[in-house]
Amino acid sequence: MPRAKVARKSTAIDMTAMCDVAFLLLTFFILTATARQPEPLPVDTPASTVKFKLPDSDIATLTVGQGKVFFGVPGQPIRVRTLELMGEKYSMQFTEEEKLRFSLIESFGVPIGNLKQIIALKGDERNKEGLQPGIPTDSIGQNPSELHNWILSARYATKELHNVDMRVSIKGDSREEYPQIKKVTSILQDQNINKFSLITSLRASEE
Amino acid sequence: MAELDTSGGGKNKGGKVRSKKQSTRVDLTAMVDLAFLLITFFMLTTTLAKPQAMDMAMPDKDKTEQQELTVADNRTMTILLGANNRLEWYMGLVDKPMTPPQVDNYGRNGIRKALIENSKKVIAATGDPKKGLIVLIKPSDQSNYRNFVDILDEMKVSNIQQYAIVDISDPDIALLKRDGLLK
Repeated sequence: MPRAKVARKSTAIDMTAMCDVAFLLLTFFILTATARQPEPLPVDTPASTVKFKLPDSDIATLTVGQGKVFFGVPGQPIRVRTLELMGEKYSMQFTEEEKLRFSLIESFGVPIGNLKQIIALKGDERNKEGLQPGIPTDSIGQNPSELHNWILSARYATKELHNVDMRVSIKGDSREEYPQIKKVTSILQDQNINKFSLITSLRASEE
Repeated sequence: MAELDTSGGGKNKGGKVRSKKQSTRVDLTAMVDLAFLLITFFMLTTTLAKPQAMDMAMPDKDKTEQQELTVADNRTMTILLGANNRLEWYMGLVDKPMTPPQVDNYGRNGIRKALIENSKKVIAATGDPKKGLIVLIKPSDQSNYRNFVDILDEMKVSNIQQYAIVDISDPDIALLKRDGLLK
C-alpha cells in the first residue's frame, strides 16, 4: 500500500506585489522629501521641550552664530522682490541673471557691497565656512542697519506677493552670547515685530 | 536563495538529455529589502528634519513709558542669568528681597523646583489662580543663547503664564558679581 504523500509546498513567496508597494512608497517619500540645503553658517540649536513645527512658507530665518548674522527667506519670487527693493534702497542695479541666481540662495551673510561677488560665486564656494562675514547689524548714524533693511524689504515683498505678514524666526547657536541675540531682537522690535519664533531642536528626553 | 529545493531529487533514468527550461521568476527578496531600507530612511529624515519653533513675545519698544506696569513685588520672582550656565533668583525687589538671593542651576533639579514651589506659594497667598507668579528674566552679558532658551523652556514646563524678558540693571549686576556669577 502506497503511503499518502503530503504534497510539499514551495516556500517561495511571490514578492511582486510587495515590491510594487515598497517602490511606490519609496517614490512618494523621495518626492515629498525636501532636500536639505547646505548652510553657510552651521549652528547648533539648543534643545527645548516645545513641540511645535516650524511653518514652511512666509517665515524668514535669522541665523545667529559666531557673532555673525545670516538672513534667509523662503520662496524664489519673494527673494527676487526683496533684492529689487534692496537695490532701490541702496541704488544698486541687478541684472536678470543676478536676480535668478540670488533667488536660489537659501541664506547669506554679506554686506550689501559684497552681494554681487557672492551672487557670482558657485554654490559650494559660497558656502565655504568663514567666507561670508555676516550682515552688518550696526546702524550708521540715522540710517538703519543693513539687517534692518533686509528684514523690512522681505516683509514688504511677502506682503505684496502673498498678502500675509511675514514671520521671523531666530536660529541661534547654543554658545552664542546674549548681547548678540539682544542686538537682533532689538532690530526686530524697532520694526514692531514683537512676536517671533526661536528655532530649537527637540530635547530627546528629560534629563 | 530564499527558495528551498523541494523537487525531491528525481533520478535521470536514461532517455534524452534535455536542456533544462529556465524559470522566468526573479528573486525579488534583495530588491524588496533595499526598497524598505530606503523607505525607512526617507520616512525618518522627512519627519525629523523639521525644526521646532518656540514662540516668543517681547514688549512693545516705543510705548514702555505708558505701559509701565506696577506689579506687586510679593508676586515677582527675578531670575538673573549669569556666566558658566549658572543663575540666581530672588523674590521681590533687589534692594529688599523677600528671600535671600539663591544661586541655582538649570534643569529639573535646579530652577524648576524653585519655580513650582514659588508658584504654589504665590497662588496660596493671593488666593486667586489667575494672580500667579510673575517671572522677570534678566539675562546678563555673559549668559549664552542656550541659557536663554532653557529658561524660556522652564517657563513652559512649569506653566508660568506671566513672564517677561527685562534688561539687567546695575544692582542685579552687582549681585551677580558678588556671588561670582559674573566676571
